[in-house]
Amino acid sequence: MNPIPGLRVRANRVDKAIVIAFGFIIVMLLAGSLYSTNFLSTAYLLQQLQIAAFLGIIASGLTTVILLGHIDLSIPWVVTVGGMMSTAAASWGEPSLAVPIGVFSGLLFGLVNGFGVAFLRVPSMIFTLGVNAVAQGAMVLYTGGFAPQSYATEFMRWLAVGKTVFGFPNAVLVWLAVGLTIAVLLKRTALGRYIYAIGNNEGAAYLSGVNTRGVLIVCFAISGMSSALAGVLLAGYSTKGYQAMGDPYLLPAIAAVVLGGTHILGGRGTLGGTVVGTILVSLLQSILSVMQMPEAGRQIIYGIVIIAMLLVYGRGKKVHG
Amino acid sequence: MKALRLWTIHNYGLLLAAGVFVFMFALYIANLEAGLNVRVVTTAANKAVLLALVAMAQTLPVLTGGLDLSVGMIFVLTNCIASAIVIGTPLEVGVGAVGVLGAGALAGFVNGLIIVYGRLQPIIVTLATGAVYYGLALLIRPIPGGDVDEGLAEFMTDTVFDLVPTSLAVLLAVVVLIWLPFRLSVLGRACYAVGSAEGAAYMSGVQIARTKLAVYTLAGLLAGIAGLMLTFVTFSGEASAPIGGTYTLNSIAAVVIGGTSLYGGVGSAVGSVLGAFILRTIDDLLFVFDLPPLWQPLFQGVVLLLAVSLGAAQVLRIRNRLDLFQ
Repeated sequence: MNPIPGLRVRANRVDKAIVIAFGFIIVMLLAGSLYSTNFLSTAYLLQQLQIAAFLGIIASGLTTVILLGHIDLSIPWVVTVGGMMSTAAASWGEPSLAVPIGVFSGLLFGLVNGFGVAFLRVPSMIFTLGVNAVAQGAMVLYTGGFAPQSYATEFMRWLAVGKTVFGFPNAVLVWLAVGLTIAVLLKRTALGRYIYAIGNNEGAAYLSGVNTRGVLIVCFAISGMSSALAGVLLAGYSTKGYQAMGDPYLLPAIAAVVLGGTHILGGRGTLGGTVVGTILVSLLQSILSVMQMPEAGRQIIYGIVIIAMLLVYGRGKKVHG
Repeated sequence: MKALRLWTIHNYGLLLAAGVFVFMFALYIANLEAGLNVRVVTTAANKAVLLALVAMAQTLPVLTGGLDLSVGMIFVLTNCIASAIVIGTPLEVGVGAVGVLGAGALAGFVNGLIIVYGRLQPIIVTLATGAVYYGLALLIRPIPGGDVDEGLAEFMTDTVFDLVPTSLAVLLAVVVLIWLPFRLSVLGRACYAVGSAEGAAYMSGVQIARTKLAVYTLAGLLAGIAGLMLTFVTFSGEASAPIGGTYTLNSIAAVVIGGTSLYGGVGSAVGSVLGAFILRTIDDLLFVFDLPPLWQPLFQGVVLLLAVSLGAAQVLRIRNRLDLFQ
């Protein structure tokens, strides 16, 4: 069979996911506007984008790992490490190094993840879980179990809450930069091709001469750095790092990637999809909280909506031998 | 003799886990001032059995090559339900307990329905249903509270004939009355077949849909038993996201430490029980060795990481690197 039609079908499915997810966003905004006209104001939309930026940066990095067919469960505490290490650097008297040190510590944890998955061949699901526990332990030891007594630098606050061009939030610009970098990496570089190849068939990629271990390590490093960068911004947003600041981001990040049409078992998906998925998840959370829905109802609706959307476009094929 | 050798090879992970657990528990008892007595074992068992049951629940979907990220939340949900209905006259208590187990099984059944007929990936489905179950738990117990029949609770957390902790007896009963019959049934065999090669199982006439539905329902039931036991230990219900999350993640760790492959088709729930015991004994060891409290989380993390990396030893034995990418 000619492989080209197969490819076209695959591309169409991804596009379909983005289109439908985008449709859901419009519907949610319109439904929200029935509740309050604020939902369609530029100020509200920009604010939504700013809040979505933290999740968006994490989900962008996570996309590379999920495309490989792996997963990164160390996100919660790597986010916290990024936030705490950057404020720590500020308190050591190196404010200019705050952001690089935060991101660098995320890189270290990402490299450990990559090493465990690529060389020890431990399933990523469990190895990154262990790394998450180690990161948590390290932060509890460092802070004594309390919020550290160090504050975000001016630059971090500017990055997280400042606005430059036309009142466009800086955090969104950071998200844009991270997203564009990863999108170019996926679409326009050999590394990007290798990522899709490994996600589809790691053995075949290896036999084709791809340095599969190297690719795995790079992707986990990207995920670690993005998580830590989001942590740095979060610390800037709330002026300091605190325990478990990354906990609310793991599940929404996975949901954002999957709702954007990326297959959880790897090999299929785009970064554009993740961006749409991020906006979708964060808008859903925002609308539920604006409607002053109690936490219980919010969780139930959140779960049901995710399943409902996946049922519309995320269904797998039937098993046929 | 040959049968024994084959059994040993097949249950290598299980035997390793058993050895590690016996060694660690002996170390714990040896360093405990009170030494070995029924009290110590009962306290240890009451803590460990909860995770052991949740880990057994997690084992079943993992054997089919899936995953259940909602077991911890079903555990929390059934805990909240139990704190509301397992009280009153003996009849009410009995009906309540059955209701709790039914609720757990129903939650698992819903997972199975969506996974099988929605044709969605288990990991993402259970992630979402986990949120729903947590929301339901919050509806029942917006703040921690509730009560449970005291007599039953005390009996379940005490000992049988001053000899065996009741919770251990319950765990044994679950293994003998639920796990073993399942393992030996056609359904149990189908569960391993689906996990090894779903396509081949389908071609061989295995009822894939029925198997998966049964597996997720059974997982929900086991998590429900754990939730009921938790209520007996705490005498109350609490809709706590951290408890649910911790139990879900620790259950995966226990499954892996117990020798079950996350790729499906290999392992057993008994191994997961041992894995859960190992994880709990690590905590107890930290306690008897008087490690500074601040060091404990880091130490736990490192031990967990080392434990799951133990499986990496097989990477060194492998002859053809292609075997790594199965």
